[in-house]
Amino acid sequence: MTLLDRHLAFLEALRGAGLPVSLSEDLDAVAAVSAIGWSSRETVKDTYAATLVKKQSLRPTFDALFELYFPRMVGEGAVPADAEQVAGEGTAKDGPEALVDLRAELQEALESGDEERLRALAAEAMARFGAMPGRGPGLSSWSSYTALRRIAPDELMENLVDGLRRSGWTEEEAERTADRRLASYTAMVEADARRRIAEEKGPQHIANVHVKPTLDRLDFLHMRRADVDRLRREIYPLARRLATRLALEQHTRRRGPIDMRRTIRSSIAAGGVPLDTHHKPRRPHRTELVVLCDVSGSVANFASFTLLLVFALQEVFGKVRAFTFVDTVHEVTSYFRPGADLAEVMTRLVESSAHASIFGRTNYGRAFKTFTEEYVEAITPKTSLLVLGDARNNYSDPELAALRTMAGRARHAWWLNPEAKRQWDTGDSEASRYGTIVPMVECRNLGQLSEFVREIA
Amino acid sequence: MDSWFSSPSDVAQRLTGVGYLADPATATTAYLAGRLEKPVLVEGPAGVGKTELAKAISRATGAELVRLQCYEGLDEARALYEWNYKKQLLRIQASGALLEKEGAWEATHDDIFSEEFLLTRPLLTAIRRDEPTVLLIDEVDKTDVEVEALLLEVLSDFQVTIPELGTVAAVRRPLVVLTSNAARELSEALKRRCLYLHLDYPNAERERAIVTSQVPELDDKVAGQLVSVVARLRELELKKAPSIAESVDWARTLIALEIDDFDEKAVSDTLGVVLKHVSDQERAIKELRLR
Repeated sequence: MTLLDRHLAFLEALRGAGLPVSLSEDLDAVAAVSAIGWSSRETVKDTYAATLVKKQSLRPTFDALFELYFPRMVGEGAVPADAEQVAGEGTAKDGPEALVDLRAELQEALESGDEERLRALAAEAMARFGAMPGRGPGLSSWSSYTALRRIAPDELMENLVDGLRRSGWTEEEAERTADRRLASYTAMVEADARRRIAEEKGPQHIANVHVKPTLDRLDFLHMRRADVDRLRREIYPLARRLATRLALEQHTRRRGPIDMRRTIRSSIAAGGVPLDTHHKPRRPHRTELVVLCDVSGSVANFASFTLLLVFALQEVFGKVRAFTFVDTVHEVTSYFRPGADLAEVMTRLVESSAHASIFGRTNYGRAFKTFTEEYVEAITPKTSLLVLGDARNNYSDPELAALRTMAGRARHAWWLNPEAKRQWDTGDSEASRYGTIVPMVECRNLGQLSEFVREIA
Repeated sequence: MDSWFSSPSDVAQRLTGVGYLADPATATTAYLAGRLEKPVLVEGPAGVGKTELAKAISRATGAELVRLQCYEGLDEARALYEWNYKKQLLRIQASGALLEKEGAWEATHDDIFSEEFLLTRPLLTAIRRDEPTVLLIDEVDKTDVEVEALLLEVLSDFQVTIPELGTVAAVRRPLVVLTSNAARELSEALKRRCLYLHLDYPNAERERAIVTSQVPELDDKVAGQLVSVVARLRELELKKAPSIAESVDWARTLIALEIDDFDEKAVSDTLGVVLKHVSDQERAIKELRLR
């Protein structure tokens, strides 16, 4: 593979992963790399990043692909000579002694937080414990899962926290740091596995499977803990961007009556000719929102993100009231006092599901009925009603009449469903029956969610 | 001066010389900007040194800095050029008596659309200069979409078309730095014409170097403590994490208050310098166990 082939394959992979790389950027990258030279891997990476990645949220994808197409090292890299000898002395390379040694070294490296050493240990871990022998040439592979299970870095957690505390950290800090370092080591091992597979089977093979979708295309229903944390950090900046964009749009859309005083004042500069007219801003109209969300297990993440986003946008909406339910309704508006801490709100929301459940099985019908009995006055002709949930009713009575009453009182009503459209109406989903009363919108990721919020504001 | 810098390490060295400690990615991108004559779009949280980068480049290369501060409602007349109405009116009135004569109007017409009545604004100024120039377009995300379209012509061809005078092309291409706080997404067209650099909070080592270089009076031990507290604050989920500018402010505060031991009391007394939301302060106090 020539350098140009590799460059083109890399670009192809970036495009495949959703980065909008244009031809002119491609040419820029080539010009830039030629100007810089190939002497340092990090500089080449910075150069590619500067010319190809124009959005920080795409950077993790870029980094992952760069590791595959321009790997840090090939095979075992430059192994020091004495390492070979140790292997030759009769101890099996993946025997229990090797494991003990490696874990001790890992413990030390984690305590000192030495990135380079951790990376080397990740490579060693894969080399020793991650090989999956195949029946023939080309069938062998590498598994980070096997390696990580043998080493079990999570069991080092306790010792690590103790070690960090001995060197003067507070408990909480030590735990957080230990957590982060272990996570980064795990990521390194996984990256090394990908590198090895890419080396044997070609980078395209793995790029298609292993590169994670960008944050705003991540599915709400299939998120890992790390993703939830990442996404939560993204909520506030996203709300800020949305609010700015909305303010700008409303500004241009609504030009009020002519402001005589300012128009005449500015006409003086042009000798009394009113070249530019100035307008009074029109009073912005604000949507009031009532949000009713299912917080039972599977859709809880989706509900809390939507609530957080809506409340982060409070300045755009006039008044927001939020209710959660599993099989009965519980008001949670008070959690979102202005300036409240997002992480805390999330925890309290999760706890609130206890208040919202009597029998512990999702029951949309019961929840709607309770709502019409107790809170129906929350919906006025000025409000927009937002129902969040997957419409999976556990085969009980859907109470369509109750929902119809609610939708009838509101100015607009929408239903956001975090499931893919093709799964609607499967099993106990009542999607289309509810959908005839309240228009149902598919909302599977942050991108779709922000697009929707922009439209209703 | 044929090119701006000779290599990325040359950039880092010269920027350090004028008090801006650049990381390798910044140095590489700045070098490319000079070498490929392309604008750089710098994004990142407030206070990490985006504007300062442009200023430092201009200081390091001895080029003059021309700055266009963007805001909502910025238009062509204030970004590019404007005809000086008042002066034109005076000119017409002064020659009013002559207007009776045949052909006098043509003469006046040509006269009032000449250099003398042209008010150049930052973009045109930067293009017309024949000395080395750094053009800083600050907070480009604050402008309206129309201004972005205007920037496209200027940034890709470095030329401006004035109907009465013709096209003005750059004598010498300025090095252009655009900064953005990402308050909104910039258009793809604009981004495509730029190199992209994301500036983030620095690691502890670099931050310490920055703080000590900006506030040399600060005791070395206190600087270390300060940087580690700031790093801890950034790990909390805050609405606005403290940036480098705030670390430097904090260091200056400590000097002004003559605090030479950065203990918990000192931290909680001066927390307002770095955290500017009530909920952030509450959270910091709770998490760092200050009170």
